[in-house]
Amino acid sequence: MPIPLDVRADFPLLQRSLDGKPLVYLDSAATSQKPRAVLEALQRYYEEYNANVHRGLYRIAERATLAYEEARAKVAAFVGARPEELVFTRGTTEAINLVAYAWGDAFVRAGDEVLVTEMEHHSNLVPWQLLAQRRGARLRVLKVRPEDGTLDLDSLDRLLTERTRIVAVTHQSNVVGTINPVRYISERAHAVGAVVVVDGAQSVPHMPVRVAELGCDFLAFSGHKMCGPTGIGALWGRRELLEAMPPFHGGGEMIERVELEHSTYKDPPHRFEAGTPNIAGAIALGVAVEYLRALGMEAVREHEKALVRYAMAQLAELRGLRLYGPKDPELRGGALAFTLEGVHPHDVAQVLDEQGVCVRAGHHCAQPLHRALGLAATARASVYLYNTAEDIDALVRGLERVRAFFGLAS
Amino acid sequence: MLQDLYREIILDHYAHPRNRGKLEGADIAVEGVNPSCGDEISLYARVRDGRLEEVRFEGRGCSISQASASMMTEAVKGKSLDAAHELAEEFKAMMHGQVPDEGRLGDLVALQGVRRFPVRIKCATLAWVALQQGLREYAAGRPARVVASSEDEL
Repeated sequence: MPIPLDVRADFPLLQRSLDGKPLVYLDSAATSQKPRAVLEALQRYYEEYNANVHRGLYRIAERATLAYEEARAKVAAFVGARPEELVFTRGTTEAINLVAYAWGDAFVRAGDEVLVTEMEHHSNLVPWQLLAQRRGARLRVLKVRPEDGTLDLDSLDRLLTERTRIVAVTHQSNVVGTINPVRYISERAHAVGAVVVVDGAQSVPHMPVRVAELGCDFLAFSGHKMCGPTGIGALWGRRELLEAMPPFHGGGEMIERVELEHSTYKDPPHRFEAGTPNIAGAIALGVAVEYLRALGMEAVREHEKALVRYAMAQLAELRGLRLYGPKDPELRGGALAFTLEGVHPHDVAQVLDEQGVCVRAGHHCAQPLHRALGLAATARASVYLYNTAEDIDALVRGLERVRAFFGLAS
Repeated sequence: MLQDLYREIILDHYAHPRNRGKLEGADIAVEGVNPSCGDEISLYARVRDGRLEEVRFEGRGCSISQASASMMTEAVKGKSLDAAHELAEEFKAMMHGQVPDEGRLGDLVALQGVRRFPVRIKCATLAWVALQQGLREYAAGRPARVVASSEDEL
């Protein structure tokens, strides 16, 4: 079943126009738009059963607790996991930091190694730099091949040693769209006894993802990039790893018995959810994954693949435009980083904005990747389930206007 | 709208930068870098008798950052160090909302359209922040090469 044409009608923001021009939203890699059902779920919680979870004995508190835990089950099922292995977090960044602090501080020792890749978003790089500094561990880096934006997997086995404790890798690049062979990387990493942490912020929203198929040990993702609200995300972790980890944050909701000098902690996942959680956000994320499930993640992936193929063909016609990342839509997702010769990415984005076309410009929180590509910045268009070929046409028209505006002869 | 930001004189300076190039033996040399957008400016100046006798820049970045640097070199060349510092203050004040004195700022007034695009203000101020940093280091007698950024300035 392809994505129905009227899917855009589900997204109130996509109905809006700016200065009489329809809004062409091509920045879903930064954050997705939200369907009405998700917005209504947020409102319904606050209007009908706003109460704290896991505490109240009254009915609306029971309803809130039930809805919160049901959301956990839905989000876990969405990635093929069990609810007791799924921790709600603020997002991908907090999820990765949770692993770096709780697992990393407990199990990484001086002289150990953490392997990251040059492709990572800063959120899957900086927490590991900090961990390495705290523990006296060594950070090692799997390089990117600048010509096609893929990982240099030939060097993987050389970089993995008996000292490697953690391998941190993104499932899909937020800049060049590369889909990494996480299963292969996990197998190689496990062969040396390392734990594999996968940044799923750009993959979970866009393709079918099952933790068993990835073969990893932790998977982090964000709600707001997958039709959910901001401030909610999740960490999936193997049960035995979560159980072995000390708490990340201390406070209410995560304890069993508290004495003045010490406390005992709940089992995972609640051990890692100190304080009142983002209840509304979690419930709304549950609705978001239901929405995605109804559309079908295969359909979402196919829709984006078709759009990427179309966009690549159209953009290739533009003089001076250079697209980065894998050429084959099978090997990449919907983030399309590009440069236009003679015009800085910020100027590209500014002129596109005047035409209602929203793209991002800058380093997209991936400075090392840009350095590897020999660039300071790129412009990035990224697609999601609600984008259409007309959006791509608007982008191409916009880029023609950019060229004209800056006096580049076509 | 867009013409407020990209005034003709700005695009002209972007396409044909003035005083571009390296200055050997400069008394002031500053790297202005805004890491979040990747704008880079190397600013060089030679000081004679308390004046900026020669000012040059190299760099890469968006049209606003490069045009502003080019316009700045024209505006401060020949000025006393104090006057250059004053002009930078006045320019920054304009970028943060103050009504400019057109007599003193001249062509630089064209950059005030950038104010309507808040994320671009730091592009326009980068060269000026770098200049002030360089003047401060020079006055303190510290080594020529320093780094400045306009990203933390609000």
